Amino acid sequence: MNVPAELKYTDEHEWIGIEGNIATIGVTDHAAEELSDITFVELPAVGDEVTAGEAFGVIETVKAASDLFAPVSGKVVEVNTTLEDDPEIVTKEPYGAGWMIKIEMSDPSELEKLLDAEAYKKLIFG
Amino acid sequence: MTDEIVKTAFYDYHFAAGGKMVEFAGFKMPIQYQGITAEHLAVRNNVGLFDLSHMGEFEVSGPRALDFLQKVTTNNIAELEVGQIQYNCMTLPSGGIVDDLLIYRLPTDYMLVVNAANIDKDFDWLRSNLSADAELVDRSPLTSLLAIQGPNAEQVMSQITDYDLGGMSYYTWAEASVAGAKMMFSRTGYTGEDGFEIYIPPEHTDAVWRAVTEAGKKHNMELIGLAARDTLRLEMKMALYGNDIDETTTPIEAGLSWIVKLDKDFIGHDVLARQKEEKPKRRLVCLELEGKAIPRQGYDILDGDDVIGSVTSGTFSPSLQKPIALGYVVRRKAKSGTRVSIVIRNKTIPATVVKPPFYKNASHK
Repeated sequence: MNVPAELKYTDEHEWIGIEGNIATIGVTDHAAEELSDITFVELPAVGDEVTAGEAFGVIETVKAASDLFAPVSGKVVEVNTTLEDDPEIVTKEPYGAGWMIKIEMSDPSELEKLLDAEAYKKLIFG
Repeated sequence: MTDEIVKTAFYDYHFAAGGKMVEFAGFKMPIQYQGITAEHLAVRNNVGLFDLSHMGEFEVSGPRALDFLQKVTTNNIAELEVGQIQYNCMTLPSGGIVDDLLIYRLPTDYMLVVNAANIDKDFDWLRSNLSADAELVDRSPLTSLLAIQGPNAEQVMSQITDYDLGGMSYYTWAEASVAGAKMMFSRTGYTGEDGFEIYIPPEHTDAVWRAVTEAGKKHNMELIGLAARDTLRLEMKMALYGNDIDETTTPIEAGLSWIVKLDKDFIGHDVLARQKEEKPKRRLVCLELEGKAIPRQGYDILDGDDVIGSVTSGTFSPSLQKPIALGYVVRRKAKSGTRVSIVIRNKTIPATVVKPPFYKNASHK
């Protein structure tokens, strides 16, 4: 199970990569493993506002729909459109080509509430 | 009955094969192995193996066995000859469905195959209606069940039995040597494809598993979990108890009038006769959706702004590559070709009522 040290995490199994004021959001390796047969990823549009803790999108698998929760608040500045045609890339490369959205953070202090890699490992491995 | 979670005789094999094990109806069952879509397509295009040991098997015997079964079920069992199998259901006095089941006519007795989640309920229901001179025994704990399903099922089955499968019709059973021991198997299934279901006594489970999987290697047979079992049956509009049918729905509403024989008497007869005469207020229909969002159980079905029904089962169809659903709608909107919409996460998605089954090229329909 891959948990990159440089990323932040939520207990809903999203990862957050930070570059300046921009947060890139995806789901973790652990979540991707639980989400086989992804058929559709519903994402917001560029320009939409998202709020920390609220659903910003949905991953549909053959079996069930799972909400994606925004780890931080802000404006969506980029959406990974390759997921429209190849949603399974989320399973194959959760930390790479399977990223979902980029957010321009409105309150970077929200990052303090996120888990670091060690805390996230503790969460999934017990 | 116990509240403990039961492992089937094949648990260790599933685990070793990478099966993702979940609790289902009190059993630890494989929900999937390599992935739902791949498993689904393996059954459609080739052949797959399912562990269905969670299903329930009852034996009904005695001089009044037929009279008793005629009273508690809607289909006409008197038509069954020894060797034949019938799809049937049990109804409440209200016409609501207690369970759907298969009835095997044995030389002197009958075998009932019921849904795993309903074993205790069905047994209690049958016992409370039992006539004198009819006996009921639950054989479930001593019966394992494997299903081989797919257009190449006969090629696998023929390697583990010496029985002449070429002359064996759909919905019949035989007792013959399988993996070196005598047992019962039938040409039946819940996938729409050709296939066999083998009822295995406890002392032969390992031998049969090894023989089937060895025979399957030559045909690239895949192990299939419960998730693909669900998508396979849904593409055929085969009802799933607890989703599409239950005690609040009748066989007439569910499109199962063909197993309701009103020229015999049974529990629920009068309600169903009236409903057939007056036509039901709602019907179970097949729906195909536009887009990629998937309808799920409980989602509203709309005609304009009016709620006209709700989804009972939904998935992304691996064969059709589009979202599909079963749901009840008011009768005037049940005709194929009717345009409706389904509410998915506050959006209304266009949908069309289509003729069953969704998947038209199955090897058995």
